[in-house]
Amino acid sequence: MLFTSYAFIGFVLVLLVLYYAVPRRFQKLILFVGNVCFYVMSGWTNLIFMGITILSTYGAARWIGNNIDAQKAYVKAHKEELSREEKKAYKAKEKKKRKLIAALAVILNVALLALVKFPNRIFLFLMPMGISFYTLMSLGYLLDVYWEKQKPEKSLFRFALFVSFFPQLVQGPISRFKDLSESLYAEHALDWKNIYYGFVRVLWGFFKKLVIADRLSVVIATISGDFDTYNGAYIFLEMFLYTIQLYADFSGGIDITIGVAQMLGVEMAENFIRPYFSKSLKEYWRRWHITMSTWFRDYLFYPISITKTMQNFSKFLRAHFGDYIGKRLPVYVASFIVWFVTGIWHGTTSNFIVWGLVNYVILMISEELEPAYAAFHEKCIPAEAKGWRVFMVLRTFTMLCFLKLFDCYQSAGEVFRAYGSAFTFAKLDELVHGGWLQLGMSLADYVVVAIGSVVILTVSLIQRPESVRDQLSRKPFALQAGVVMALFLVTLIFGAYGMGYDASQFIYNRF
Amino acid sequence: MKKSVILRRVVAVGLLLIFILYMLQRLLVPKYITGIVEGAFVAEYYREPDKNFDVIFVGDCEVYENFSPAELWKEYGIHSYIRGSAQQYIWQSYYLLEDTLRFHKPEVVVFNIQSLQYDESQSEAYNRMTLEGMQWSPAKVGSIRASMTEGEHFLDYVFPILRYHDRWKELTADDVKYMFKTEPVTYNGYYMRTDVLAAGDIPEGRPLENYDFGDKAWEYMDKIRALCEENDIQLVMVKAPSLYPYWYPEYEEQVEAYAAKYDLPYYNFLELQEETGVDYSTDTYDGGLHMNLSGAKKLSHYIGPILLENGAADRRDDAALSRIWDEKLVRYEEAASKKE
Repeated sequence: MLFTSYAFIGFVLVLLVLYYAVPRRFQKLILFVGNVCFYVMSGWTNLIFMGITILSTYGAARWIGNNIDAQKAYVKAHKEELSREEKKAYKAKEKKKRKLIAALAVILNVALLALVKFPNRIFLFLMPMGISFYTLMSLGYLLDVYWEKQKPEKSLFRFALFVSFFPQLVQGPISRFKDLSESLYAEHALDWKNIYYGFVRVLWGFFKKLVIADRLSVVIATISGDFDTYNGAYIFLEMFLYTIQLYADFSGGIDITIGVAQMLGVEMAENFIRPYFSKSLKEYWRRWHITMSTWFRDYLFYPISITKTMQNFSKFLRAHFGDYIGKRLPVYVASFIVWFVTGIWHGTTSNFIVWGLVNYVILMISEELEPAYAAFHEKCIPAEAKGWRVFMVLRTFTMLCFLKLFDCYQSAGEVFRAYGSAFTFAKLDELVHGGWLQLGMSLADYVVVAIGSVVILTVSLIQRPESVRDQLSRKPFALQAGVVMALFLVTLIFGAYGMGYDASQFIYNRF
Repeated sequence: MKKSVILRRVVAVGLLLIFILYMLQRLLVPKYITGIVEGAFVAEYYREPDKNFDVIFVGDCEVYENFSPAELWKEYGIHSYIRGSAQQYIWQSYYLLEDTLRFHKPEVVVFNIQSLQYDESQSEAYNRMTLEGMQWSPAKVGSIRASMTEGEHFLDYVFPILRYHDRWKELTADDVKYMFKTEPVTYNGYYMRTDVLAAGDIPEGRPLENYDFGDKAWEYMDKIRALCEENDIQLVMVKAPSLYPYWYPEYEEQVEAYAAKYDLPYYNFLELQEETGVDYSTDTYDGGLHMNLSGAKKLSHYIGPILLENGAADRRDDAALSRIWDEKLVRYEEAASKKE
């Protein structure tokens, strides 16, 4: 079910009414039924995949939790009888068992994900909605239990509610159990502030998605779909517009997700902090798709970095090549794996894999150049100088425009061909003299996109100290009502939806 | 803040929003006054001062361009109306007939059988031109449900702003001028054209894989017949003398068999050229697809006696009705002379 469909709006309205109409102890049940309905409407086969993930991770986590409890009880009961070595050996034996169970559950779920992700005739057709997101959520939970950072959830129903919480199934965020569970499992009285704030957030998401992202999708599809016609300078236009489209699309979807959750009284993690104001790629990845970046950091990068193999590798390097290499190279190896996996997680075609590796290379080069940057700032321009900061933001944005082109084509080869073509500046004349108006958007559409982008930019600047909704809530009622009404009407009139527009899936939905 | 204050504010904002949405919707919906005027036809019926018509025509362009109620009145005193619209599908004809019966019961219904060849709606644009003009009733709901193509939503018919929101790009002064009231573009449903484009060589139709009319088309043909029978209305089937789209002999056989089976009068004007006097070099404005005023006069002259035979009456002695028609004829004649 598309977030921007009438069906979804109707579904949320009915769910909200039922959620607050029933006695609070039944709210979780209503929500769970809603999750199932939402998922079934996207294809009943999806339930099988999600069911396997829920049962396997729940079962493994429960077993691990029970084993830890049993181990503690055994050690406590035999405190006097067991020697230190015996205790250690017993614990190691139990940990091995837990590791085996955790590994089996991880392998099963990764295999399921791989099965539908890797191009094949049968399972690609089944591609369950949100599998990339709920698989990472479930595995994160399982690993937290295995590392004893998280007590296992005893109730299968409650755990299933966490994994299947419908707003996050379309395109994330990748929630952590400890962050989401508290408000998800709580009983909620009808809170008008939550309803109002959530509604405005949803509206803002619709504005980004319908007014900007979906309007631009026509141009992006036209250019990327016909390289023979649209090459040369058209590629620069594509890069620039796609960068705007992706942000409007993805962050708009997340706004809808968080807004709907807020109306239900559930707090979800933020996934963006004004990413296009980043001054470097490293900073960008702290501000873009935050829940994914932190997931890969916490559940892949750190665990790889502290494996015995990596520790031994580091020791070996220190002994033979000195401390610097011994310290850096293991980090680079772990980062390489993380970025390789991040690429594959987005898609198994070569464009995504190379995209991950290009990110990796740029980040590693930046790391190595940090001392040089520091020296440059000390001697030439201070890093805090306003002009320099603006330059760095524009430089990073330009770099992102190039990087995002990997999304637009089916293989790395096609992307590099597009880069090569762009720098010939061929067809620049054609593009400037009306070519840009032959791509599926009229001049009026470009004006709407430009004004819409300025609105997003302005809101990003205004919200730095405090959310716009909080700021607005202190203004006179007429102004608040006017702003919200204007947002609604602008989205309704200028949104690219209905007959004549193909309903665009959220871009991140396909990952 | 007090709950009553919140409630008052919500109601005030809600009412203001409804008012703005209404105004925007009025502004954005197509007015069908210039350019494509066919979308205005269906709604004009509801403005008629005396809906007690003896004859109702239903069908597509083959009725609204080929028969003139004004000529039928002038020559035979027949009080008639054409509930026609562009590419009107047979299920839409049925529901328009159902809709008409909410207001009055005609003696005769003339149905143009051209639409039997369609078993599914072909385009959303044509659906809109028929459905939007209908007043809300179970007939309209049924017609929408029967007509919607893939990607159409019922809600878009309930709130046309959802469909036409994107028209802000093409708004003209006419959209403001005709926001609340539009001028009639037909003459009792007749769309007048007086220009001439003689018919040239019309090619034979290309062979089809299947000439059988579809199940849905027959289902609604039966429904139209049943509705007429239930209301004691004489159904007359006609095929207008349009040279294109090609009317296959196989189509003709099926219609003739149906008419014979249910004892329904059926007139194929393609085969009545001599009797009607239609001259394809002067009586068509688009090379033989549709009649111009001259052709419509000839067809009206021919069909008048048939309608009288089947239950229509000469009502020229009805003073009130005559007054209505006198006014109508002034406008009709003026338009005819202007266009000539």
